[in-house]
Amino acid sequence: MRHVVSVLVEDHPRVLTRITSLFARRGFNIESLAVGKTHLPGLSRISIVVLGDDRTIEQVEKQLNKLVEVIKVTDHSEPHVEREMALVKVRTEGVEERLQIKEIVEAFRARAVDVGRSSSIYEVTGDPGKIEGFIAGLEPYGVLEVMRSGAVAMSRGEAILKPRLKKEAV
Amino acid sequence: MNGAEAILEALEREGVEVIFGVPGGANMPMYDAMYGRPGLKHVLGRHEQGSIHAAEGYASSSGRTGVVFATSGPGALNLVTGLADALMDSVPLVAITGQVARAAVGTDAFQEADVTGVTMPVTKHNYLVQDVNEIPRIVKEAFVIASTGRPGPVLIDVPKDVQLEEFTGSFEAKPRLPGYRPTVKGHPRQLEKALAALGRARQPVMMVGGGGHDAADALRRFAEASRIPVITTLKGLGVLPGDHPQVLGMPGMHGTVAANRAIQHADLILAIGMRFDDRITGNIAKFAPNVKTLIHVDIDPAEIGKVVETHVPIVGDARWVSERLAQSATALELDEWWARIRDWQRRHPLPMPERERLSSQEVIRAFWEATGGEAYVTTGVGQHQMFAAQFWKPKFPRSFVTSGGLGTMGYGLPAAVGVQVAHPGATVLNFDGDGSFQMTLQELATLVKYDLPVKTVLLNNGYLGMVRQWQDLFNDKRYAEVHLEDSNPDFAKLAEAFGVKGFTVERREDLKEAVEATLAHDGPVLAEFRVFHEEGVFPMIPAGGSAEDMIIENPREVQR
Repeated sequence: MRHVVSVLVEDHPRVLTRITSLFARRGFNIESLAVGKTHLPGLSRISIVVLGDDRTIEQVEKQLNKLVEVIKVTDHSEPHVEREMALVKVRTEGVEERLQIKEIVEAFRARAVDVGRSSSIYEVTGDPGKIEGFIAGLEPYGVLEVMRSGAVAMSRGEAILKPRLKKEAV
Repeated sequence: MNGAEAILEALEREGVEVIFGVPGGANMPMYDAMYGRPGLKHVLGRHEQGSIHAAEGYASSSGRTGVVFATSGPGALNLVTGLADALMDSVPLVAITGQVARAAVGTDAFQEADVTGVTMPVTKHNYLVQDVNEIPRIVKEAFVIASTGRPGPVLIDVPKDVQLEEFTGSFEAKPRLPGYRPTVKGHPRQLEKALAALGRARQPVMMVGGGGHDAADALRRFAEASRIPVITTLKGLGVLPGDHPQVLGMPGMHGTVAANRAIQHADLILAIGMRFDDRITGNIAKFAPNVKTLIHVDIDPAEIGKVVETHVPIVGDARWVSERLAQSATALELDEWWARIRDWQRRHPLPMPERERLSSQEVIRAFWEATGGEAYVTTGVGQHQMFAAQFWKPKFPRSFVTSGGLGTMGYGLPAAVGVQVAHPGATVLNFDGDGSFQMTLQELATLVKYDLPVKTVLLNNGYLGMVRQWQDLFNDKRYAEVHLEDSNPDFAKLAEAFGVKGFTVERREDLKEAVEATLAHDGPVLAEFRVFHEEGVFPMIPAGGSAEDMIIENPREVQR
């Protein structure tokens, strides 16, 4: 099963290493990982796509929670928004082909971000299925390069991944 | 005040009295700062692994946080085994290592190693100090993390130039740990569920691990009030006295028949402060097949449900939960259950084979009888460790100090150094094997240097005995690379060369006198007992087996 887990962490050196080293050591499979700063000073947020059964995911959450610099973990099993961005470089030589590619790009609501003489770069955003569909659609024309950002996710509605205010007595 | 002095000041403010360690180029400022601080005793080891096991022995036997110092590179890397050992066995430690100067970090400088990188998977947390004024906060955090929740080792790596830099910060700095919140109080509804299930149980057992030592008093009250049979894991030995009538002994691979049968037939398991290690469960699919309710109390939520299916999870501190259990305990109707257990105990006591030569078991028993169990025991790892776990019945909590999870050979002697430092007046016995002892024997010098009267009881069978036993049982006696006798030193002479009283015992008629002589000597002793070479530890559940596969007696002797 594919799970998207979001992790709020203190923005310290090596915190990402701690997390990836934990995954490697415990044999958890990462499909993708994306990390960035949040609006809260000193806090970063990581979205990890993990493959595993429910028991594995439970261990992933619990083991992540054991890391001192991990503030909060959530497994997005509830309704959530998931997005990924990709840059795709495609061979664009013939006029006929350019037109066909343009149609595909429009259908996927992608856009050209670099247009060269023999190749162009397109930017596409969406859930991973859409990204894969877009890449597959361009395959016949010659996909030269793909860079995917990895999925980022957020729960819908009231659920917010934020630090707890009150600290339980140790 | 410089950074090194600030570190020592911060340690004293944490109540640290003893530091174990070895100086070197990159931690010299900290040793320089020790001058003029009579409040801090330093115990110089002869190898950093010795120092960290000593810190573990100190911590395990006292409940206080052990502190160890090492220099950069090789010094720090020699701590790795001890850190992993402490992480596995939940021992509170703070290791402080010197690092090359900040400008040299990453340049492959002399004695440089990426110590925070290397130790990341074997510590509960670690730090690389970049700012001298952060020392007080980091030291405070390290002690909080090491000693609370599920205890464990924390490492602080301090570049040499940070140690030498002028400190202008404040010791009032507070720990800042927004992501660290151990749960102490068990959930009241889960506790109610547990008590209700206990009331219904016909064949319950309680399994107590290393997390139970601080809860020993409450656990004993609960056990006696409820009459529940008690199984103590290797790390839980001594939580209740080993000779308490309700204690069935150790479970698992070399556990007692009664303990393993009780688990096999139990309808309820109340597990407290233990983690269902594979040496306890064997084949998970066949572990405790009749259990209807498994209650697991642990301070580490990640241990609950990790190995076995849990019906009543209680995340919390063992003492907090045990106090509640003890308050609500009522006598359970267990006469039939106890009758079955007593029958297993009667029919299958721990095997004490009669040999022409001395056996490890009888030597351990002789020491137990001579001391009445009023001693601290450390062990190495191997057959002698299992014999000690079977035949030494610890009288009080924290008195059986052994490397459980990691199984670190060479643990016994250095751990005994730390135990004796923590308990200067106590009898400290290190039951060791000839293989295990030779991995860290240099620490005999530490005993001499600080006049620590540790008694090493060396059970010499001339083999890496546990490996030999497996080769005997599973590899058709192909004894590959386990012979030690052809090249073992004369242990008594070796001890004497260090200035430790040493002697060798071979004959049964000398056993009693040797035990008395060992205990009576007022300095350190190494008593070598030449025991039967091809002894096996039984009962034994082969790795991956279940209680059904338990080998109760040595099959070689059954054949005979």
